[in-house]
Amino acid sequence: MSNILEVKDLNITFDTYAGKVQAIRGVSFDLKKGETLAIVGESGSGKSVTTRSIMQLLSLNANIEEGQILFNGQDLVQTSEKDMQKIRGKKIAMIFQDPMTSLNPTMTIGKQIAEPLRLHQKLNKDKAHDRALELLELVGLPDAEKRMKQYPHQFSGGQRQRVVIAIALACNPDILIADEPTTALDVTIQAQILELMKELQEKINTSIIFITHDLGVVANVADRVAVMYAGKFVEVGSVDEVFYNPQHPYTWGLLASMPTLETSNSLYAIPGTPPDLLDPPKGDAFAPRNEFAMKIDTELEPPMFKVSETHYAATWLLHEDAPAIDPPAEIKARQKLYKEKYAALHSKGGNL
Amino acid sequence: MKNYMKYFGMRVFYMLLTLFLIASITFFLMKLLPGTPYTNQEKLSAEQILIMNEQYGLNDPVPVQYLSYIGGLFVGDLGTSFQFDNTPVSQLLSTRVGPSLQIGFQAVVLGTFFGIVLGVISAMKQNTWIDTLSTLTAILGRSIPNFVFAVLLQLLFAVQLGWLPIALWDGGFKSSILPTLALAIAPLADSARFIRTEMVDVLGSDYVELARAKGLSRWGVAFKHGVRNALIPLITLLGPMAVALMTGSLVVENIYAIPGIGEQFVKSITTNDYPTIMGVTILYSAMLVFIILVVDILYGIIDPRIRVSSEGGN
Repeated sequence: MSNILEVKDLNITFDTYAGKVQAIRGVSFDLKKGETLAIVGESGSGKSVTTRSIMQLLSLNANIEEGQILFNGQDLVQTSEKDMQKIRGKKIAMIFQDPMTSLNPTMTIGKQIAEPLRLHQKLNKDKAHDRALELLELVGLPDAEKRMKQYPHQFSGGQRQRVVIAIALACNPDILIADEPTTALDVTIQAQILELMKELQEKINTSIIFITHDLGVVANVADRVAVMYAGKFVEVGSVDEVFYNPQHPYTWGLLASMPTLETSNSLYAIPGTPPDLLDPPKGDAFAPRNEFAMKIDTELEPPMFKVSETHYAATWLLHEDAPAIDPPAEIKARQKLYKEKYAALHSKGGNL
Repeated sequence: MKNYMKYFGMRVFYMLLTLFLIASITFFLMKLLPGTPYTNQEKLSAEQILIMNEQYGLNDPVPVQYLSYIGGLFVGDLGTSFQFDNTPVSQLLSTRVGPSLQIGFQAVVLGTFFGIVLGVISAMKQNTWIDTLSTLTAILGRSIPNFVFAVLLQLLFAVQLGWLPIALWDGGFKSSILPTLALAIAPLADSARFIRTEMVDVLGSDYVELARAKGLSRWGVAFKHGVRNALIPLITLLGPMAVALMTGSLVVENIYAIPGIGEQFVKSITTNDYPTIMGVTILYSAMLVFIILVVDILYGIIDPRIRVSSEGGN
């Protein structure tokens, strides 16, 4: 599969009164056609900033210090605002976190869906209306004709998120960025929205970047997962690799702090707090919170070590000179499961 | 629609009730004013005063006077002025209210329009020299009294350039330009500051970001999505502002020799011209309650969440 998006060595800082905050520190990844990449990480790890930089919708005090964002070979960092306006909403679209506030309260739903159609596809009023109606039906809102004339306050949270999805999909974008699209919804609605997104992805064959801090959601929707910590990707791999053969101690911490059916005693919590990105630590940013930290972790930043063709992790534990350590029991159980599954698949000659 | 008519009917009823209460309270307060309606009292004999009091019904006990006045109100009789050549108050008001209304209305429309434009530009160019300049303009406009502007405008456009009359009211548009400008400064400054704040809020909202993500330009978003939402709170401010301007400004009317209502009101109070005081008060209040109703209707038009609809929302 070809790469539709390649992000190379992205560095983004924010000017604040206290100084320059290094929000994104050398992020590189690619996105293949039709795949779903989930970016997980805690608040402030730089997930949203990464996606806003792809849209080129960063706030005014943000600076892209370095790096390229290649969309079909075109560097979006160097693209003019005018040309970006032709890409936003048409080639790359976005779904936001809070459906309660992401629709204009004084404009009818129909008009809001028709807006990108009129803008990019130059449809006239009637055609845009017809297409908007189709989209509303596509995202599963009954009584679409009547709903077109209504305002956001007449819709529930889940219905509004369906509308937001309809807006994003209006021009059949190549890339859909979903920034925590289910965080503000209750669990049953979450499941419906995720189901809808999967269904629609198959229909229009779009690539999705899915931002979330909910690992349960990741397992549901993603093909590949990137774990982000303190403005860096610390582990990237397929869902199975990251969930069942995690290598980075931060990923271990994330997985261990997620309740499972087997969880009986108290839930694990990663000790400490994320580093101050005004003055990022030397070495591995996770070292102060890492019980397996070695001396080198406080001195030198680990590079991305290759675990498999698709699986990389940035931890010195993967260096050949690193001592063997004993991962937490929870993680060992996962790795065991992974090996069994892997062996079973191989004996059948299938792919993982 | 039926619900709406019922709602509207209730509103009109409350409007009239408010007016009635204001008229009653003003009536009794007015009776507490010191002095008599006779300016040259020393020249009048006791007998003459007695005759006049009898003629105007001022000898009756206050409650009787009150009832007879209210009774007149219900048939549309505002009484006769003691001062202005015994003209009926209604006639007095109708000849005087026109110029005040015209200039006030022009000032509100002009002031808020340019205030909104200035506020929007200011918000879009946040923290640049344009923003600072417009803030400065607004603060100056708000803090310098309008009669200073009135005089400055006279100096520039009438004396220096000679384009417009200094102080002449002929009912034409040309003679209304300078007073309109002088009165428009305050609403311009107010709405510019207000809209800037609102607009900065709106521009930071999620739906504006979503509109940007659709591919709209910054200005496109500001006009299609921003302004309307930023206007909603301004409407609240607009009502009282409009009334204050349309009911006349004594000083500006004096400077430009406009036969408006402001002058008349002050004169009627200093001379205890009871029917005129009542007439002007009722007129002011009627305008205020009417504009409040208009503001509420405007809210509904601009903000669908407030709209009273028979369908109902959830």
